[in-house]
Amino acid sequence: MLYINDLHASIEGKEILKGINLEVKAGEVHAIMGPNGSGKSTLASVLAGREEYEVTAGNVTFDGKNILEMAPEDRAAEGIFLAFQYPVEIPGVTTINFLKTAVNEIRKYRGQSPLDAAQFLKMVREKAKLVSMNDSLLKRALNEGFSGGEKKRNEIFQMAVLEPKLAILDETDSGLDIDALRIVAEGVNSLRSSERATIVVTHYQRLLDYIIPDFVHVLYKGRIVKSGPKELAFELEEKGYDWIKAEVEAVS
Amino acid sequence: MSIETIDLKTRLITDFHARESVMNGEASSEFHQKKRAALAQFDRLGFPTIRNEEWKYTSVKDLISASYNFNADTTVGLSDLEDLRIPEQDANIIYFVNGHYAAGLSKMVSPETEITISSLPEAYKKNPSLVNSYFNELAKEEVDAFTALNTAFAQDGIFIHVPDNQTVTHPIVLRFVSDAREQNVGSQPRNIIAVGRNAHVKIAEAFRTLGSARSFTNVVTEIYVGVEAGVEYYKVQNESENAYHIGTTQVRMLDRSQFYAGTVTLNGRFTRNNLNIILDGERCEAHMYGLYFPDGTQHVDNHTVADHRKPNSESNELYKGILRDRSKGVFNGKIFVRPDAQKTNAFQSCKNIVLSPEATMNTKPQLEIFADDVKCSHGTTTGQIDEEALFYMRSRGISRPEAMALLMYAFCADVVSQIKIDSIREYLEGVIAQKLTSK
Repeated sequence: MLYINDLHASIEGKEILKGINLEVKAGEVHAIMGPNGSGKSTLASVLAGREEYEVTAGNVTFDGKNILEMAPEDRAAEGIFLAFQYPVEIPGVTTINFLKTAVNEIRKYRGQSPLDAAQFLKMVREKAKLVSMNDSLLKRALNEGFSGGEKKRNEIFQMAVLEPKLAILDETDSGLDIDALRIVAEGVNSLRSSERATIVVTHYQRLLDYIIPDFVHVLYKGRIVKSGPKELAFELEEKGYDWIKAEVEAVS
Repeated sequence: MSIETIDLKTRLITDFHARESVMNGEASSEFHQKKRAALAQFDRLGFPTIRNEEWKYTSVKDLISASYNFNADTTVGLSDLEDLRIPEQDANIIYFVNGHYAAGLSKMVSPETEITISSLPEAYKKNPSLVNSYFNELAKEEVDAFTALNTAFAQDGIFIHVPDNQTVTHPIVLRFVSDAREQNVGSQPRNIIAVGRNAHVKIAEAFRTLGSARSFTNVVTEIYVGVEAGVEYYKVQNESENAYHIGTTQVRMLDRSQFYAGTVTLNGRFTRNNLNIILDGERCEAHMYGLYFPDGTQHVDNHTVADHRKPNSESNELYKGILRDRSKGVFNGKIFVRPDAQKTNAFQSCKNIVLSPEATMNTKPQLEIFADDVKCSHGTTTGQIDEEALFYMRSRGISRPEAMALLMYAFCADVVSQIKIDSIREYLEGVIAQKLTSK
C-alpha cells in the first residue's frame, strides 16, 4: 500500500529525514517510535503533504501512485489521513459543516455524488457514537475551546467519518488521560481491517497497549535504525532509547 | 489643487445660485437658510485633501476630477432592476433613482398608524415645521465638506417618522439606484429618520448601480433615536466598478435607547462611510458592525464615532475586512468619553485579512477619554489567512480554494449574523459566499 524509499526531507535548509525506507501493507499496524527530535512528526507531516517541508530525495508511492507531487487534499482523497498532534482551532466553522464539506469534496474527487443532509447526519451520528463524541461538540466551532482530550477524540471521529485507507496518528496519545486514551484506541481498533493500515507515531509505549502493532520501528536522527515485532516497544519502554543511540553510534 | 477640482466646486456653487434665483418666496424660508449656510460652509471648506487628518488615507482627487450630472433624467422600470433586487419579503420597499423618489417602483406595506414615510419634499410640503425640526439638526455639527454639500443641495430623500410606542413590524428597505447607463451621474439623497419614545423599527439602505459610467453618491442620513427606542440600521453597498460613494450617518440616542448599525461594503470603486453616534442619554446601547471586501484597486474607508456624553452607556464595535489585489482599506474609530459620561463601557475591534502583498489596510483607533470611571478597550489585527488552519482543512480533503472560502466565510460570520432583517442577511450570505469562492 505504502512504499517509502530513501526519503530525505528538510525544513528551512535543515535536513530532518535522512533516508527513510518503509513498506506498509494493507491490514498492518506500524508503530514509529523514537526520542524527541528524531523526525517522527516530520515523517507524518511529509506523508500528509505539509508544504513547509521540502523533499530533497527519495519517493513515496501509495497504491502505486507517487504522492509527493500531490496536494494535501488529493492525498486525503486518495485515502491518507493524518491525526494531528496539535489539532487546529477554527472559529466560525462548525465541526459538522467542516466534515460535510470534507466528505463531499472527497466524494467529488472520487466521482461520487454528494451525500444529502439526511444521509450525512445518519452516518455522522453512528461514527460519533464510536468515539463517545457528544452531539453538542459537533455543532460547535471546530476544536474551539475543546479540551485536549476532546480535540484528540475529534481527530479520531473525523477519521471514522472519512474512513481512510491509511491512517497516520501523530502523537495522538500525548495529553490524554487513561480513559480518553482507551476511547481513542477503541475508535482506532474498530476501524482496523484487512483493507486498511495504520501508522502510529508515538514517544511512549502506553498507546501500544491498546493499539497492538504488527511492527515497531525506531526512528533516530532521521533514519529507521531498528525494526522489530511489538516486543521491541516493551524493550524501549523498559530500557529507554540510550542503548539504541549507543548501537547507532557504534556502527557509524 | 488642480484646475478640475476648482471646476467641480465652482460648478456646484454656480448651480446652487442658479437654483436659488428661481425659488421665489421659498428662498427666505428657514429650510433654505440652512442650505445657504451649508453652501457657505462648503465654499469655505472646499473638498478635503489628504492634508486633512480625517482624509489622510483617502484621496478624493479621482472622485472630483470628473463631472457628474446631478439632474439626470432617467426612465428606470422594475424590469431594469431585476438583477439588482434583493429577494422580497414583507418589507416596505422605497426606491430612489439618481437620488429622486420613484413612487412607481416603491411599495408600502406598513399601515400609516405605525409609521409615516414619505419623500422629503412631500413631507416638507405637508408639515414644514416638523421637517425643519429635524433637518440638519444633527449633521450641522460636522465640519465635513461633503455633509455641507449634501445639506446645500438636499432636495430629495426619505422622511421617516415613527410615533411614540409604535413597533413597525415590517422592515423598511430604501434602495438607492444610480442609473449610470448613459452618462456620469451624481445624487445627494438626504434622509431623516425620527423614531419616537419606545418605538422600534428596522431600516436598511441599499446602494446599487445600473450601467458602467461613473456615479457619485453623496448621502446623508440623520437618525433620531428616542427615549427607550430601538433602531436597527443597515447599509449595504453593492455598486459598480465606477461607483464613488460618500455617506454620512449621524445618530443621536436618548436615554435607554438601543441602536444597531451594520455596514456592509460588497463592491464599489471608492467608498467612504462616516457613522457618527452621539450617546446623548443614560443607559444607551450602541452597536456598530462593519464588513468590507475590496478587490482590484477599490478603496473602502470607514470612519466611526461613538461619542459618549452621559453616564452608564455602552458602545460596542466590530469591523472586519478582507482585502485583495491592490485594494486599500481604512478604518478610523473614534471613541469620546465626555467628563459626564462616567461608567461608560466602550469596546472597539477591527480585524482584517490581507490576501495580497499589494493590498493595504490602515487602521486607527482613537480614544479620547475625559471621565475616570470607564471601561474602554480597542484592538486591531491585520493578518493573512491562517496557514495552519488551511493545511488542517486540506488534510481532510478540502481543496485550497474551498478551504480559503470556508475560513473567510467564518471570518465574516460574526458580523453577518448580526443583521436581523432576514431577507438582507440571506442575500448577503449568498453574495459573500459567491464573492469568496469566485476568486
